[in-house]
Amino acid sequence: MSVLSAPRFVRPRWLSLPLMVGIALVLFWLVATVAAPWMTVHDPLDMVGRRLQAPSWDHLLGTDALGRDVLSRTLHGARHSIPIAVTVVAVAVAIGAFLGALAGFIGGIVDTVIMRLVDVTLSFPPMLLAMAVAASLGPGLENATIAMVIVWWPVYARLMRAQVLEVREREHVEAAVASGATQTRVLTKHVLPLCWTPVLISATMDLGQVILLAASLSFIGLGATPPTPEWGSMISDGASQFYSWWVALGPGLAILTIVLGFNFIGDGLHDYFDPRSK
Amino acid sequence: MTRYILRRLIAMPFLVLGIVTLAFLLTSVTKGDPLTAIVSDRQLNNPEVVAAAKAKWGLDRSLPERYAIYVGNLLTGDMGTSFITRRPVAQDVLYRLPATMELVIAAMAVGATIGISLGVLAAYFRNTVIDHVARLFALFGSSIPVFWLGLALLYVFSVQWGVLPGPGRLDARATPPPMVTGFMTIDTLLAGDFRLFLDAVWHLILPAFVLGWAVAGTISRLVRANMLEVLSREFILTARAKGAGEFRVVIRHALRNTMVPTLTVIGYSFAYLLTGAVLTETIFSWPGMGSYAVDAARGLDFPAIIGVTIVGGVVFLVTNLLTDIAYVVANPRVRLG
Repeated sequence: MSVLSAPRFVRPRWLSLPLMVGIALVLFWLVATVAAPWMTVHDPLDMVGRRLQAPSWDHLLGTDALGRDVLSRTLHGARHSIPIAVTVVAVAVAIGAFLGALAGFIGGIVDTVIMRLVDVTLSFPPMLLAMAVAASLGPGLENATIAMVIVWWPVYARLMRAQVLEVREREHVEAAVASGATQTRVLTKHVLPLCWTPVLISATMDLGQVILLAASLSFIGLGATPPTPEWGSMISDGASQFYSWWVALGPGLAILTIVLGFNFIGDGLHDYFDPRSK
Repeated sequence: MTRYILRRLIAMPFLVLGIVTLAFLLTSVTKGDPLTAIVSDRQLNNPEVVAAAKAKWGLDRSLPERYAIYVGNLLTGDMGTSFITRRPVAQDVLYRLPATMELVIAAMAVGATIGISLGVLAAYFRNTVIDHVARLFALFGSSIPVFWLGLALLYVFSVQWGVLPGPGRLDARATPPPMVTGFMTIDTLLAGDFRLFLDAVWHLILPAFVLGWAVAGTISRLVRANMLEVLSREFILTARAKGAGEFRVVIRHALRNTMVPTLTVIGYSFAYLLTGAVLTETIFSWPGMGSYAVDAARGLDFPAIIGVTIVGGVVFLVTNLLTDIAYVVANPRVRLG
């Protein structure tokens, strides 16, 4: 038997420490999104203990004002926050990329109309606009989702338009036009495939910020409605039970860690693509 | 440069009209019934009361008509009457704007001071513990929900340790000074009450830090990146060769050359601060525009919601315009057509 050193995990060069921490944090919450029911002992909606119990072995993060287990509710919260953030970003990218590509590719009056709409939408402080729209649509997670899409799509429209404008000037596009490709074909086959990467990277980075915005809306009562275990509204419960600090601790740490995860990933990628900042 | 500034100024009225239109449209396509906010539950079954309320608030008109009425009123400074406070929205907002401004300016000062200091230290001691701590500070700042941070700090500093005051702008037992500017720190001084002034400053510390942390993080990252670049330039070497002390080299020679982008990011952070102020004000019972907006949104008070959104948008637009102009003026190398 030959003497072999134990297989050692060799960290690839691109996998910096911040990136690793970020991926670990995000992965944890992705697992919770899928597996929360199997990770918890108590049902998130059942009154399983006395109300406002401090953390103990039975309830690691204590119980809330209705005697529900805070840990269970926190883990189940991922099942609301993460799908919502993904939906908001996906729909916003779809709308924004479509309109941005049209604006950049067609130009003229289409460009003007779309981009002025973008300018005006981006002229609002995001939270105020989201609040106004969410309030007029009425409380509820679906409406909060719509409100956030309305606030967020212009970001991707701007990005996509800039990409299209840049790619359109490249030589292979000129070649395609010269060889008689239709406008649609040039856009879908020769321009768009080269535009997606920055949009998708920025969309991924934005997930953390969308989670924060969604939680903020729920916190002021415009998102999730009781008894949904959503992090923002759980912190709002905690605010009304101010002296039972543990009620808000779990959901607060949940938001902090997942947003931190996305920010770590963004920071790590930034270092990798821009080594001068090291 | 003059042409650029002129063009931006000419675009302003159109953007403001856009803001008004969008705010009006988005809040008018509504499922929530504002009638429930005006008429009490019992009266909702009384058709006469309902019809009168509809007529009074213009709810029975068509959308284009309501829009025309709204814009017409707005031109005379009338934003309608709040369903909840029963006072003119414009008056409510003007009354509350200074409190928000005071908080935002204090948060900006906190953010800029911490951010610039940390950024300089992180660049000078790059890849040391100081640099890593500064990076963590920045990342945490943009990840912590301000409403949770506010609660946590209130609990620790006010309830547990008692070293900082609770919510509000002044001690609950104190008599507020007559309102002149609406800035509590200035009004207390104008009233000649120095102890009350200290109390106002004392109450500003926690909310300003809560709101300013994220901005401090952003600023520190930017200052660090710019400092790294400047510190490697030759004039720094020259300064050192001429025998200038390290402190002088870093502050007088390097930091001064990073001020333009720093001031720009401070200007743009205003948007973030306005957004964060909504939540910070709610936590700290701060009687500003943010808590007004939250009350309006919760109570389906549409005139107030539209009004506060428009004012927020205009304030935001003006600060960004000023920042852009300041950037062009301060940096002659930027050439814009």
